[in-house]
Amino acid sequence: MKKLVAIFLGLTCLTAVAKDSGSNDKTVNVYSFRQSFLIEPLLQQFTDQTGIKTKVVFAKSGLIERIKREGKYSPADVVLTSNFSKLLQLKDEGLTQSFQSAEIDQSVPAHFRDENGHWVALTKRVRNIYASKAKIANPSNLTYEDLGSADFDGKICTRSGKHPYNIGLISSFIAHKGEAATEQWLRGVKANLARKPQGNDRAQVKAIKEGLCDVSLGNSYYFGKMLTNEDQKPWAEAVNIVFPNQNDRGVNINVSGAVVAKFAPHSENAKLLIAFLASEKAQQAYASLNMEYPVNPNVEPSELVASWGKFKEDTLPLTQIAQYRQAALRLVDKVKFDL
Amino acid sequence: MSLGISGSEAVAETLPQPQKITEHAKGSRLAALVVSIFRTLSKVHLGGLLLAVLLSTPLFALFYEAIVGEGESFEYIKQTVLGDYIVNTLILVFSVGFLALLIGVPLAWLMSVCEFKGKSFFKWALVLPLAMPAYLVAYTYTDLLDYAGPIQIALRSWFGWQSPNDYWFFDIRSIEGASLMLALVLYPYIYLMVRASFLEQNAALTHAARTLGQSPLRCFFKVSLPVARNAIIASVALVMMESMADFATVHYFAVSTLTTAVYDTWLGHYDLGSAAKLSSIMVLGMFMLLYVERLQNGKKQTGADAKVSQQKLMYQLSTKQSIIAFCFCSLILIIAFVVPAAVLVGYALDYYAESWSTGIMTYAFNSILIAAIAAIAALALSVVLNFILRCRPYPAQKFSLKLASTGYAIPGTVMAIGVLIPLSFLDTSINEIAESFGMQGPGLLLSGSIIAIILAHLVRFVAIANKSVEASYMKISPSLDMVSKTMGQGGVKLLSKVHLPLIRKSALVASLLIFVESMKELPAALLLRPFDFQTLPTYVYQFASDEQLEIAALGAILIVLVGLVPLILLNRSIDSH
Repeated sequence: MKKLVAIFLGLTCLTAVAKDSGSNDKTVNVYSFRQSFLIEPLLQQFTDQTGIKTKVVFAKSGLIERIKREGKYSPADVVLTSNFSKLLQLKDEGLTQSFQSAEIDQSVPAHFRDENGHWVALTKRVRNIYASKAKIANPSNLTYEDLGSADFDGKICTRSGKHPYNIGLISSFIAHKGEAATEQWLRGVKANLARKPQGNDRAQVKAIKEGLCDVSLGNSYYFGKMLTNEDQKPWAEAVNIVFPNQNDRGVNINVSGAVVAKFAPHSENAKLLIAFLASEKAQQAYASLNMEYPVNPNVEPSELVASWGKFKEDTLPLTQIAQYRQAALRLVDKVKFDL
Repeated sequence: MSLGISGSEAVAETLPQPQKITEHAKGSRLAALVVSIFRTLSKVHLGGLLLAVLLSTPLFALFYEAIVGEGESFEYIKQTVLGDYIVNTLILVFSVGFLALLIGVPLAWLMSVCEFKGKSFFKWALVLPLAMPAYLVAYTYTDLLDYAGPIQIALRSWFGWQSPNDYWFFDIRSIEGASLMLALVLYPYIYLMVRASFLEQNAALTHAARTLGQSPLRCFFKVSLPVARNAIIASVALVMMESMADFATVHYFAVSTLTTAVYDTWLGHYDLGSAAKLSSIMVLGMFMLLYVERLQNGKKQTGADAKVSQQKLMYQLSTKQSIIAFCFCSLILIIAFVVPAAVLVGYALDYYAESWSTGIMTYAFNSILIAAIAAIAALALSVVLNFILRCRPYPAQKFSLKLASTGYAIPGTVMAIGVLIPLSFLDTSINEIAESFGMQGPGLLLSGSIIAIILAHLVRFVAIANKSVEASYMKISPSLDMVSKTMGQGGVKLLSKVHLPLIRKSALVASLLIFVESMKELPAALLLRPFDFQTLPTYVYQFASDEQLEIAALGAILIVLVGLVPLILLNRSIDSH
């Protein structure tokens, strides 16, 4: 009995603590799909500049469900996502609030923010093809379509087809070519796989270095991350980073971004944070620390990233691509891409 | 410890057999009926059901979603990949169970009835793998055995192989690999429970068999094994349920099972209804496992009552046998514990500067706090449920015990949402009531604090306590209850003076196991944690999910170290008679 009482007392104290830390006017609460160590330096700069403290919960999945369940008492102010489809999902499920800010309108081009101000993109990432320097002679002419042709039999490595980055690519394929052509292409890619889809984008480059496959799919910033990591540098040096489809529609891009939560208790601070993340200072940090392409046109990519060259990007609006997300997921199941 | 709950006193008046009820009401049939209904709905009875229902609210919440949700993706998945998922899940669950059985039972037998050099070391060392989260073992072995890992690279340079077509190598990222990894960290369940059962067996049986001229091996198959049947089946069932709910390992190994399907539909197709439908399939599987186990329990167990302490029959192994036993134990220990631990220590040394962070001790404290509360609470609830079942052995009570155990087969993330549904509902109601009185609401008191994490762990792991306490209760002769009641010691006193001392050991074992499991549990904490709150597993996951396990190696080692303490205690408690 004593123990039970003790437990209850303990729990009460804990909740008191938990609750106490929730309400403070000089804070902003962040739900983040991005690893906290990626955004911590930026949040620190924000705190230094404004005096507003940031509190973070990071999880790769389930945060949207959590906000939905928490309803109007949700402590979330800002949600940071790592891909476009999550931004759209947040908006579609009515979990965002619209906000207009002259500052953001200035620093983010119109096609990288919602017309009603429900979401803002913060960084741009490219879905590249990584091609073995030793095996692929003329990489600059590669297209996504090539990956489905018999020339690449047993030569492709990739992460799960259901990963948001690949779903984004497949959705854009559907948007351009239609569902039937995409299915045929996806079956081709599946038949060409050197191994079952597994690992992350970097692991595929490692496999190319080891000779397991010749080409892989991967986001642009991983190339920079690998080149600046002592252990992974040899992997990156074994491949060329390729911007496919330069002679037609351009390379597939995706964005990371942010929204202000509908019931944000500190919505003013939330807007300040997002405006800060779109500002030149933060965009520079994104570019140099995370090797991403800034959305702010006044900010150049880092020197390393710029050295990969300029490229033509797919200009089809992201919202148009994102409407094929469900279809893309179903295709992945239909061709049993991951099995 | 005293675990009195209001209403338990009412038990005092009745003896354990339900048929006695009718004796009281000889007057009229109507009166008998009224009395029996009244008794059925007595406070104690309701208490048990209520507890069970409480423990299964997250599940009911999910089922509710399954029914009301549209679940359009479910149809699609059914037509495409559901069959593969189910087959994969079955293969995984059965091969983990089988592998763990092959490792666990022989080890248990060696440790309980054989004497050989090194036994005293292996006896506790073989429990260590339980402290290793399966996902950590999976990460380390993938690093080692992958095509791009050091072992295959070394082999290629030795033999001059150029491409994967030149040779065959075990593909670790496969369903076989996943089964092996899970079996390596889960076999200690079987080892511990079966060893305890071997130790508790009536030595007279083996003595008799030996006197009748049976060889040690035949004794094992004809006597020890059948008598330990309940423990074996219970522990294998635990292992199978645990592997059914695993997500981190199969996901990392790119093996698609029902857990992956639940994640896909919920987080990919945004279709909670379909995800809940898929979870229901898993809960069905869970019920089937529990049912098989119950069928077995139904058979009369021989010599279960006999607690005669006799000289145990020990076999002194010959030198040759000792060497084989020694090698077998070493092999298991090295593969399941030494290698992954060494890899982690290597990383921690190499990356010490990056991996040390002052927060790590706080994370460890958080983990320990959550694990300890979950363990104690699960044990308390389970003892109460089992005690009520003991006093009122009605089908409804049996069902409520099963119901309270089903959380075990639900993967952590799904459980997390299951917990969020009722808690956030309660929170909203509390706030609305407060506001209607013109006060400021307290915010998310339950779902926004560690209560949510604790509840998720509790619901998920209470099955371990239920199983252990139930098995232990079955060994207490009903005549003890009767004697106790004759002497006026019923209700709480029966529990505290008779039952608790007798089930103490398995209760301790159960709570230690829950502590260890809850130390390792990742998804619920990840999703439900309050702001800036880390446990050791969430800290490790942050880096490991980015394939940078090196940096989090120190945290990973700490998870294992903290888990070791209760495991060593647990091991001691099994041996002490």
